[in-house]
Amino acid sequence: MRRAILAVVSTIAGLVALLSFKSHVPAIAAATSGTGVSSGGTSGSGSGSSGTGSSGSGSSSGGQGFTTGQQTGLPAGEHTVTGNVADTMYGPVQIQLVVKDNKIVKVSVLQQPKNTVNDIQIGQFAFPRLIGETLTAQNAKIDSVSGATYTSGGYIASLQSAVDKGI
Amino acid sequence: MGTVVSFDVPDWAGGPDGALAEAVRWLHWVDATFSPYRDDSDVTRFGDGSLPLSDCAPELAEILSACAAVSARTGGYFTTTPGGRFDPSGYVKGWAIERAAAILTAAGSPNHCVNGGGDVQCVGEREPGQPWRVGIAHPLRPGSFALVVAGRDFAVATSGSAERGPHIIDPHTGTPATDLASLTVVGPTLAETDAYATAAYAMGTAARDWLETLEGYEAFAITPTGSAWQTPGFPAYAAAPTSPAL
Repeated sequence: MRRAILAVVSTIAGLVALLSFKSHVPAIAAATSGTGVSSGGTSGSGSGSSGTGSSGSGSSSGGQGFTTGQQTGLPAGEHTVTGNVADTMYGPVQIQLVVKDNKIVKVSVLQQPKNTVNDIQIGQFAFPRLIGETLTAQNAKIDSVSGATYTSGGYIASLQSAVDKGI
Repeated sequence: MGTVVSFDVPDWAGGPDGALAEAVRWLHWVDATFSPYRDDSDVTRFGDGSLPLSDCAPELAEILSACAAVSARTGGYFTTTPGGRFDPSGYVKGWAIERAAAILTAAGSPNHCVNGGGDVQCVGEREPGQPWRVGIAHPLRPGSFALVVAGRDFAVATSGSAERGPHIIDPHTGTPATDLASLTVVGPTLAETDAYATAAYAMGTAARDWLETLEGYEAFAITPTGSAWQTPGFPAYAAAPTSPAL
């Protein structure tokens, strides 16, 4: 347990576990789907999940692909894009977008961690913040975001895979 | 421990699949070798004295040398023992991302942007004539950006307390740094840019004068009360909105 606590309070919480590929070219995105590399075993902290390519095939471990759909009750012209489940050190994270005319009009968090005090704080604070960033980033033509840290991590992985597919 | 690494590779005729796979392998190797959270990593075993440097991956000596240089240049505000035990992650993370970008470059990709947990290395430009645009999350206004920086062949790193609370320790006092809400450094390459951002954040108010002595690096900071300052050369990177009136 001590290791897990260290992991939470450490300045730099370690390195790669989740991988997300964003590409402007669908053919390239498809080509990268096989490169989603599982992270292998983890030590102590219980994190280190796997990534997935951005294609819809969800071929790598841990990736469950993502799906587009026409949800009942949505206004005409809107459809949903559901991101991969991203395993973060805090637990699984999954988001869903509602897209209309290639614009994100809504972001929902389908799954977020809620096990510990830390997780609750993260769930209540980081997620709403990132949802705002998503909508703002689209308007500002942002390619990347600096300042977000790694719980956001799982979220970003899920969001970017959804955005890549749906936008 | 996990961080997201996102590769943005626009329209590369050469196709990035092989190079991306190589970059991904590299990142996993770095994690396995240099993570202080793995009992069997070189960093853990070197730190506890069970593995001599000569038996570690040769990159560890390179990292130690670079960390020593950064520590000296930051007056000790950058340290490889932030939590009391050996942990060079403050350098390794940015270095690993920078190298991942270099792998794509070496494979022939002229333009790409690699973001590892909010630390960004941009190579080339997003499309012909268009610089990469990196949003800096506002530490006091959840959901909005403080500003956007734009450029070609540059790195961006932000240190702050907004998402995880005060967690960067001032190594000279042993207490969390709280002078600044966030500090962003822009520089040529991510390894040093990221380490300088961490060190400067720990410096707090004193960082402003120190950052102005760093050639090739510019910075923007937001204080807990919402005021902001920037180094004289920073506006060259600032894209709209540029107003520091926060």
